[in-house]
Amino acid sequence: MKKIYMDNNATTPVKQEVLEAMLPFFREQFGNPSSVHWAGRMVSGAVEKAREQVAELINCSPAEIVFVSCGSEGDNFAIKGTADALKEKGNHIITTSVEHPAVLETCEYLEKNGYDVTYLKVDRDGMLDLEELENAITDKTILLSVMWANNETGNIFPIEEIGKIAKKYKVRFHTDAVQAVGKIPVDVQATNVDLAVISGHKIGAPKGVGALYIRRGTRMTRFMHGGHQERNRRAGTHNVAGIVGLGVASELAKQNMEKDYASVRKLRDKLENGIRELVPEIKLNGHPNPDLRLPNTLNVSFAYIEGESLLLNFDMKGIAASSGSACTSGSLEPSHVMGAMCVDVVLAHSSTRFSLGADNTEEDVDFILQELPPIVQRLREMSPLYNRDSISCDECRVIRRV
Amino acid sequence: MYTDKVMDHFSNPRNVGEIEDANGVGEVGNASCGDIMKIFLKVEDNIIKDVKFKTFGCGAAIATSSMVTEMAIGRTIEEALVLTNEAVAEALDGLPPAKMHCSNLAADALHEAIKNYKEQNS
Repeated sequence: MKKIYMDNNATTPVKQEVLEAMLPFFREQFGNPSSVHWAGRMVSGAVEKAREQVAELINCSPAEIVFVSCGSEGDNFAIKGTADALKEKGNHIITTSVEHPAVLETCEYLEKNGYDVTYLKVDRDGMLDLEELENAITDKTILLSVMWANNETGNIFPIEEIGKIAKKYKVRFHTDAVQAVGKIPVDVQATNVDLAVISGHKIGAPKGVGALYIRRGTRMTRFMHGGHQERNRRAGTHNVAGIVGLGVASELAKQNMEKDYASVRKLRDKLENGIRELVPEIKLNGHPNPDLRLPNTLNVSFAYIEGESLLLNFDMKGIAASSGSACTSGSLEPSHVMGAMCVDVVLAHSSTRFSLGADNTEEDVDFILQELPPIVQRLREMSPLYNRDSISCDECRVIRRV
Repeated sequence: MYTDKVMDHFSNPRNVGEIEDANGVGEVGNASCGDIMKIFLKVEDNIIKDVKFKTFGCGAAIATSSMVTEMAIGRTIEEALVLTNEAVAEALDGLPPAKMHCSNLAADALHEAIKNYKEQNS
């Protein structure tokens, strides 16, 4: 069976060049980079080279990169490390209602420990009101945390504008850049970002490695205690092979981003336009202007049907995508991002995300456009909501989380 | 995640549709939790002659709906009323734990349809 992978915002395969660069660090060059002997010396250079490669990708100094185990650790470190270091200065944090759970749940944890958190709303297109953001800042505000791009809709937030606001009020600015890095240019200098999080497995490096950019001079409380690694900023023996992989993946991302994502964008647009043409009663989730979304992401709802049954049908045809339905999120409620955007609850349950990658082809898109309409039609014929005269108020109730 | 039986009923659901001259109709669930099941009955001489369903929901919701129609056809009203959601799940060789509560409502929908039949015919 043909296999089509369109869930690259969830994870990506390790690139061949990345894997090859990593392999020597499992056997021949196995040393601990903190050791002074030959075995340690053999690998410490590799870790520092990777640091340069990552720094190059986001335009910072290598000394400002701290290697971590994943994006979630980076977000936890950035937020908790700031909250504690600046607790004498204030206790107010501003974030958005559409952040990744690594940010939202960290903020909820801090709320239980005496911090105040403002969750900024988004409009129906999933965008922020910067005036509201600016008005939310008080003299107690210590951190502004806004993702660079949203994982579900692909919406790109105006990081440069937000950086200007952060600078104007001298508030620290953290961005979860996990989805943006490698897909669109990310420049932490130009945008006045103080803390930025990168995850390896979203850009062709393995799972289990990430990086946190900490602007020079940014006071942070340690998150991981235990050793002097990473200039005393993060304890734990280096994941050398993973770090080498992240370095090579960063270098490849910088080299190929423009070329790769121009073609990914074409395929995404073809899929988007094709679905609009072939399937009636759909709703695009995210900003209608495709320039304001990541070039690889398409999120669309199909009225009257539920996301998991759609994904299972896709899976039977070898197509891998993802859904914001409650059934696939592991909770009883559909996606909090759809909720924040006031997407009708039935439509939220059918929100389906296609996140393309450089490995996808025109044939992949053609195949989906051929298989999708009959699957949707079959599920609609089975749905008690389809062709119903009216839907009761309870059924069309709009859900809002936060 | 799902058993072969669940996937069989999900990909080839039995008795999908509506009965035009149904004498019992029941609906359970709500859109916010993502599952709505509607059951149509044709009852003659206290025996369920035909059952059809329409379901909005996940794989488990569709499979349990399909299974309950198979289990109900040919039964008396009294027999159908003792069918439980658990028995439907068991007939499908089980459901993932998370689905036992949210998507396992097919027997409830059947009971609602029987209740509706009784109201119409009392």
